[in-house]
Order: sequence, then structure tokens, then C-alpha cells
Amino acid sequence: MTVAAPQRPAAGDARRSEGAKAERRLAAWLCAPAVIVMLAVTAYPIGYAVWLSLLRYDLRFPQEREFVGLSNYLAVLTDGYWWSAFTVTVAVTVVSVAIELALGLGLALIMHRTLFGRGTVRTLVLIPYGMVTVAAAFSWQYAWTPGTGYLANLLPEGSAPLTEQIPALAIVVLAEVWKTTPFMALLLLAGLALVPDDLLRAAQVDGAGPWQRLTRIILPMMKPAILVALLFRTLDAFRIFDNIYVLTRGNNGTASVSILGYDNLFKAFNLGIGSAISITIFICVAIIAFLFVKGFGAAAPGSEPEGRR
Amino acid sequence: MAEIVLDAVTKRFPDGALAVSEVDVAIDDGEFVILVGPSGCGKSTTLNMIAGLEDITSGELRIGGERVNERAPKDRDIAMVFQSYALYPHMTVRENMAFPLKLSKVDRATIAAKVDEAATVLDLTQHLDRRPANLSGGQRQRVAMGRAIVRSPSAFLMDEPLSNLDAKLRVQMRTEVSRIQKRLATTTVYVTHDQTEAMTLGDRVVVMRGGVVQQVGAPQHLYDHPANLFVAGFIGSPSMNFMPGTLAEGALQTALGRVSLPDRIRSALESAGAPSEVIVGLRPEHFEDVALVEESKRAAGTTFPAQAEVLESMGSDKYVYFSLSGDRASSTELEELAADAGTAELPSGGNQLTTRLSAASTAAEGEKIDIWFDAAQVQVFDPSSGRNLTA
Amino acid sequence: MAVVATPGRKAGWSLLNLLVIVYALIPVLWIASLSFKPTSSVTDGNFIPRELTLDNYAGIFATSQFTRALINSIGIAIIATALAVTIGTMAAYAIARLNFPGKKLLIGVSLMIAMFPQISLVSPLFEIERAVGLFDTWPGLILPYITFSLPLAIYTLSAFFREIPWELEKAAKMDGATPAQAFRSVIVPLAAPGVVTSAILVFIFCWNDFLFAISLTSTEASRTVPAAISNFTGSSQFEEPTGSIAAAAMVITIPIILFVLFFQRRIVAGLTSGAVKG
Repeated sequence: MTVAAPQRPAAGDARRSEGAKAERRLAAWLCAPAVIVMLAVTAYPIGYAVWLSLLRYDLRFPQEREFVGLSNYLAVLTDGYWWSAFTVTVAVTVVSVAIELALGLGLALIMHRTLFGRGTVRTLVLIPYGMVTVAAAFSWQYAWTPGTGYLANLLPEGSAPLTEQIPALAIVVLAEVWKTTPFMALLLLAGLALVPDDLLRAAQVDGAGPWQRLTRIILPMMKPAILVALLFRTLDAFRIFDNIYVLTRGNNGTASVSILGYDNLFKAFNLGIGSAISITIFICVAIIAFLFVKGFGAAAPGSEPEGRR
Repeated sequence: MAEIVLDAVTKRFPDGALAVSEVDVAIDDGEFVILVGPSGCGKSTTLNMIAGLEDITSGELRIGGERVNERAPKDRDIAMVFQSYALYPHMTVRENMAFPLKLSKVDRATIAAKVDEAATVLDLTQHLDRRPANLSGGQRQRVAMGRAIVRSPSAFLMDEPLSNLDAKLRVQMRTEVSRIQKRLATTTVYVTHDQTEAMTLGDRVVVMRGGVVQQVGAPQHLYDHPANLFVAGFIGSPSMNFMPGTLAEGALQTALGRVSLPDRIRSALESAGAPSEVIVGLRPEHFEDVALVEESKRAAGTTFPAQAEVLESMGSDKYVYFSLSGDRASSTELEELAADAGTAELPSGGNQLTTRLSAASTAAEGEKIDIWFDAAQVQVFDPSSGRNLTA
Repeated sequence: MAVVATPGRKAGWSLLNLLVIVYALIPVLWIASLSFKPTSSVTDGNFIPRELTLDNYAGIFATSQFTRALINSIGIAIIATALAVTIGTMAAYAIARLNFPGKKLLIGVSLMIAMFPQISLVSPLFEIERAVGLFDTWPGLILPYITFSLPLAIYTLSAFFREIPWELEKAAKMDGATPAQAFRSVIVPLAAPGVVTSAILVFIFCWNDFLFAISLTSTEASRTVPAAISNFTGSSQFEEPTGSIAAAAMVITIPIILFVLFFQRRIVAGLTSGAVKG
């Protein structure tokens, strides 16, 4: 027995590597198309964008294309437009995500606890998710257009909210919140469903009121779901484009970083500066994601232990 | 109809772990054999190897005299009932039961007839057009059985088929399984971790532990003559009491006093070359309230005084629990048994003795009572190897 | 928890439910109202139109600007969905069922792409697609759509695949099925709902996209409805195209809403499965 023992793991290894090899080969074939598409359409262009961002490249003067190092970045970062757009983006992101979290939590609790009509509520709440952002944005635009809109008519005569920075941004936040709160609520609802009823009953017996049950039991147990929802929505809100494009075209100090990048590409035709903005946005998003995962311990979906076969 | 022969069948997983080691069992045609043991003992792996769902690392498996190691499950002419029932959720009960027949291209009329017949046997006729999700646990279990019997295979394999049922239903289905098996007289291999199922269902029982067969035999034989400590502790409920003992001059010194052994046991111990320190095993039903034992019999056993700690009256008999002074019997096998039964962490401390007395006993909780046991029923084990020295 | 439905409670919940319903429906009803208003009253500011007309719908369907965009939208979304779900199914099966090195990396990369700022890809894709002749073509939009919807497809599908009781595959083998038969008659029917769900989510994603649609197209050849709407102009330069835009918005919104209402359960399961179960 003792003599034979060292040979056994070796034999086992050989067999494992053979079985695992076949499995790996199959996995490679299955994953190859996805990997190739994702690399071809993201990794390569991003690399190309980095290259473009180091060039002076104005589409109106293509022959003047030359390598200029980091000067495009310098131009972007010393420019008032970037910092204005950055401030607008951060403000819209923070405010809308905060409102969405509060509203989404309320909505999730309603969907979870409502005594009747649960199916109807859960169904109707998906309408904002399904409605095309551009279509919804037009709905909000017309609602706030003086004369045309039912909401604008509630305002004092002569006010045009979409032409003033703060009111316009408020409307952008409204449109954004309307559209994405249901998604937030559904993510939170899934987290809510993981809180066992028995635990809440036990807390009730222990003398916790509804508010205490929410803050001491439900919210702490939902923390992972909340963090994932916040991560998703923050990164999504940071790239806000559709709503601002339709509602204000980025006028009157309402441009987000995505709008700024778009304008540089398609209005100023400056690929060099546009690419520098694109890469800067990419870096911002990476930093936000990093802060979430490291700082708050948000578990990136998919990083949990894999399910057994 | 077929006999199943396992000839030194061994399973080693790719990571090197030995799951089943050289199992030799010959199952006769029509026999009902139970593979029993704690979780991880290799019984399910053995069953999967018979089914063809796991490859056999070495050794030979013969069904009906032919080597089938290399055959795909579908070519072995066997049917299997899974613990989770494995009913196809998108098919009705009828479709579930017809599925294996459809696969073997049986014509429609025959399929209909066989499914109806099986449904009648299993009392499923009124549920044939429902989906598994709309059935109760017991009904699902019967559908799983039905899917196995419609094919009239040469053998049934059952992997803990009753363990997802509640206690009452489990007892009912146990008799049901037994009835169906007798009626069809089909060779059956049945895996369970429940020793009661093993005792009640099987013609023969194979007790496994750590991938190794411990003992093969009829249920009563295993009960009366366990080959080692593990089988002794595993078979029987409540389980056998174990305590350390010392052999000297043909008598046994234990926490229950001095036991003078009958000649049969004494010679068995001598020929087995018993060590002086041994483990003594006594089944709960071999104890009795001394007041209820005839005077003539008392001398053939040992009487000891004890204080009843807990008394459970079952109506037909009384379970009385005592604490014993002195050490617990210790051996790896006993620890494993305790871990498997979930009693390893009980804070009972010393040695607890479980006895089953007649209902007529006047034992009362907290009171002293004289207890007698039959010296002829004593089992003596070797603490190092676990071997039964009296069997 | 079992809560007694007292009249007060009932009224409270009714009110809350009503609020949710109003919240969800107001913008949709408003755009519907606009789309049915005749040009004369479109700027009257009434939530409920005084008179109804289908002129706006007739108007947009009379122009190739809209009908062509609708065809583009439908075609591009369907092709992108079919390809993304096919590719995603293969990868998801590998992730859910096979062990291979780099699995974590694959999951991580696709998560990164899901979170990727699309604007960062617009400038290089614009350049690359012009260079290789994909600019303003269907494939020019289908490619980025596949890429950005793949993570969604992979997550929802691998979550679904993990839930499939694979023991049934064993059972089918015991019932006499060959591996191919087991796959066809047991695994495919069980996996179908997951595939349908992810197809719906991917379709909605492609249908909804705006940034790529306005950046990578320049003519009717491949411009989709959201991009086309934003280019609508009135029949004269003094006339706002409000009615036409509202009607077009309704046309692309109503089918999706019906879709969503019909597949509500699946969509909820799909949206949450990737995020919570991992």
C-alpha cells in the first residue's frame, strides 16, 4: 500500500488532465465567438482611440494630422467646457441615483408587500423600462415646453424651464429617474425576497417596529443587492446621453461628458480632442467601478463562487 | 431478468480520491439488495457505476453474465429511480412514463397499454395528464417508479427514492416499493442511508463505509452477527450500547459489573485471540427490569443497580436511559458513526446507556432500579481493528 | 407575512398602487395624447385632447424617412438579437457547465463591457467603420449592438442554465436516450425559456439605442427610428414636428410595451438573475 501510494496521484493527474483537456477544448470553442466579437469591437477600438487621442486630427483638415503627445488631454483638462460637463454629469449622476435608490426602495417594498394587485403593479412598473428613452425624452420635452405642455402650463407665465441651467437639469434628472427607477426597484426587490419572513417575524416578536425592521434587518440584509444596484446605475448614469440630447441638446450649461465628446466629434469634427475626451470618460468610469468594488465591497456579479456542475 | 455481478469493482476519481474499493457482490436474479451506509460511503457511486453513469476504474461488472463496463446506460437494459425523481417538468405524467418507450421506438398502442397498466398498478390513472409540478411528493415518487417499470427492464436501480418524502409517506411507500418488487420479481439494487429501510426492504443488505464493503448478508444476520463495530452500531435502532471492558479469566469486567461469559462466547474469544482490553456491545432490548425476569434465568446474566435519568414510554415498551460512570468506548469507527448520526456534538459527556424494558416495568424517572441483561447476548469487539470477536 | 386586510390598510395600499400606476403611465399617455392632436391644437397644453385625428400617423407612414427607419430598426434589432443570443448561449453554457481556466476573466471582461461608456467607442468606431466601409450600413450598427448586449445575454443565460436540473440528463440516459436525444428532448425544452428571455432583453436594448444610431449612420440606409425621430423637421420651417414625433414615438413604444406586459415574469427574472444570483 505505502509503496503504491505515490504512483496513484500521478495516475489520477494524467486522467484528469485528459478529461479536463477535452472540457477546455469544448469551452474554448464555445467561448471563442463571444471573445472575438467583444475584443474586436471594444479592445481594438479602445486601443485605436488611445492612438487617436495622441494626434492632432481635425476632420476638416485631415492632411494636418500629426502626433502631438498628451497635448489633447492638456487641452481638454484645462478647458472650461470639460469641467462644466464633468460637474453636470457628476451632479446629475449623484442626484438621480440617490432619488432612484429612495424611490426604488419604496417601489420594491410596495411590490413586495402590497395586499393586492401585485401582478398589475409589477407589470406596469416595467413600462418605463420598455419605453424607448428617446420617445420618453420627447414626452418630457413637450410636457415642459411653454404652451404645448401640461406641466409647463402649471408654471408662472413666461418661464421656459428647458432654457435655464438648473431647471433644465432638474428635468433631465426627472426623465432619468422615471426611466430607470423600475430597474433599480426590480434589483432591490430581488434582494428583498432574500430576507426570510421568519427573521422579520422574530424581530417583531423581539419588539422591533416597522421602521426598526426596515433599518436594522431588511436594509443590512439587502446590502449586497443595494450595492450592486448602485454600481450598475451609477456607471449607467455617468454615461447619460439620450435624455440630455433630446431635452436640451446640451445647451445652457447642461452638457454631460458624453454630450461633450459627441459634439467634439460630430459638430467640431475634432477626432483628436474627441478621442481624448472619450478616453478620459473611460478612465473616470474605471475609477468609479474600482471605488465601488474596493471601497464598498460591492461584489461584482459573477464573482461569487461558481455553481457546481 | 438478470443477475448482477460486481467483481472487484473500483472507482477512483480523476483527482485521485478512492470512492469505491474492490467491491465484490453477486446479486441473484430477482433479488432485492440494499446498499446502505453513511453519506460518502460510496454507495451512490457504486449504483451509478452499475447504471453506467460513472465509468468503472477497474474491476468488472457483469449483467446477465455479460461484461457491460463499456456499455452506455441505454444498452444495459436497466431502469433507475432518482432521489430527486428527475421527472421532466415539461412533460405530463403520461409523457414522462412513455418517454423511455418512445425512445426505444415501441409502437403507440403498446406504449398506451403499458403506461395505463403501470398507472393502474401505481394508482396514477387520474393524474396522467397533469404535469409533475402539480403533483404531491408521493405522487411524483410514484411517477418516477412508473417510468422505471413501464420498460420491464431486467433490473431496477433506486437511489434513495424515498428520502424526499415525509416520515409517514415514507413508511407507506416503503411497503409499496416492496410490494411492486415482489410482484414484478425484478432484480433491484436500492441505495439508502436509512438502516430501517435497509432492514425492512432487502433480501440482502450490503453495508459500506469509506468505499469498502463491511458486510453482506440478510438483515437479521447483520443484526444478530455484525462483523465489526461499524455494522453493529449502524444496524439497529436505537443503536447498540458500547462500553470498554476488560477480559480476565473467562469473565468480562465492565461499568455494568462483572459478566461471566457463557462457554460459547468464551471459546469464540479464545480462538479469535482476543486482547484483554475490548469493547463490549449490548443491544437495548437485551436489558430487562430484573423484577420481570424469571428467577431461573437471572443467573445467566448480570444484574446492576442504576438510576433512571430519562424514561420514554412508548406504550408497548419503555425506553430508559442511564448514565454510566467510566470512560466512553473509543474507536474511529464509533466516532464516525456518531458523526453520521449527528450525535457527536451532544453534550451528554460520559457514557449513556439506552435500554428497552417491558411496558410492565415500574421504572420511574430519577429512581433507582435494578437492571438485568443476558450474558449470552454480549458482543465483544477488538478496539484496534473493530472486528467482532464473538461472531 | 400574513397581514390582516383591514379597510384602512386596503385604502392605503390602493392609494400607493394607484400612485405607482400613474407614475408609470403619465409620460406614455401624454405622448399618446400629443400624437392624436390635430396640428391646430397640438400647442394647447391640454393633457386630454379635445379632438382626435390620425393625421400624424398617416403623415409619418407617408414618408420614407420614417418607414425606412422602421424597417432598419426592426431588421437590425432582430439580426443583432439572433446573433447575440446564439453566441451568448454558447458562452453561457461553457460558463455554467464547464470548468476551464480564464472563466473568471471572461466574466470580468463582459462585466466591464456592460459598464463601458459607449461614447468612448464612438470616435474609434466612427473612424474604423469609415475606413472599412461599414459606416452607415446595417452591419455597422449590428456589430456594436451584439457586443454591448452580449454581457446581458451571457449573464441571464448562464443564470438560467445553472437552474436547469441537469440530473434529468442522466435520467434521460437511463431511459435509453443517446446524448443527442437527451439534449434535444430534455435540455432544449428546459433551456428555451431562458433563451427567449434573454432574446427579449437584448431586443429591447438594441431597439432603445440612440448614441450609436446617430453616430454611425448618416442616411436613410441604416438610420433607426430613434435617430430618425431626432432628425424630424416640420412641414415648414415655422412648424414644430411635434405631432409627427409623438406619433413615431408611439409606434416604437407600443409594441415594446405590449411585449413587456406579455413577458413580464420572464423579463423580471432575466433582469434580476444576472445581478443578484451572479
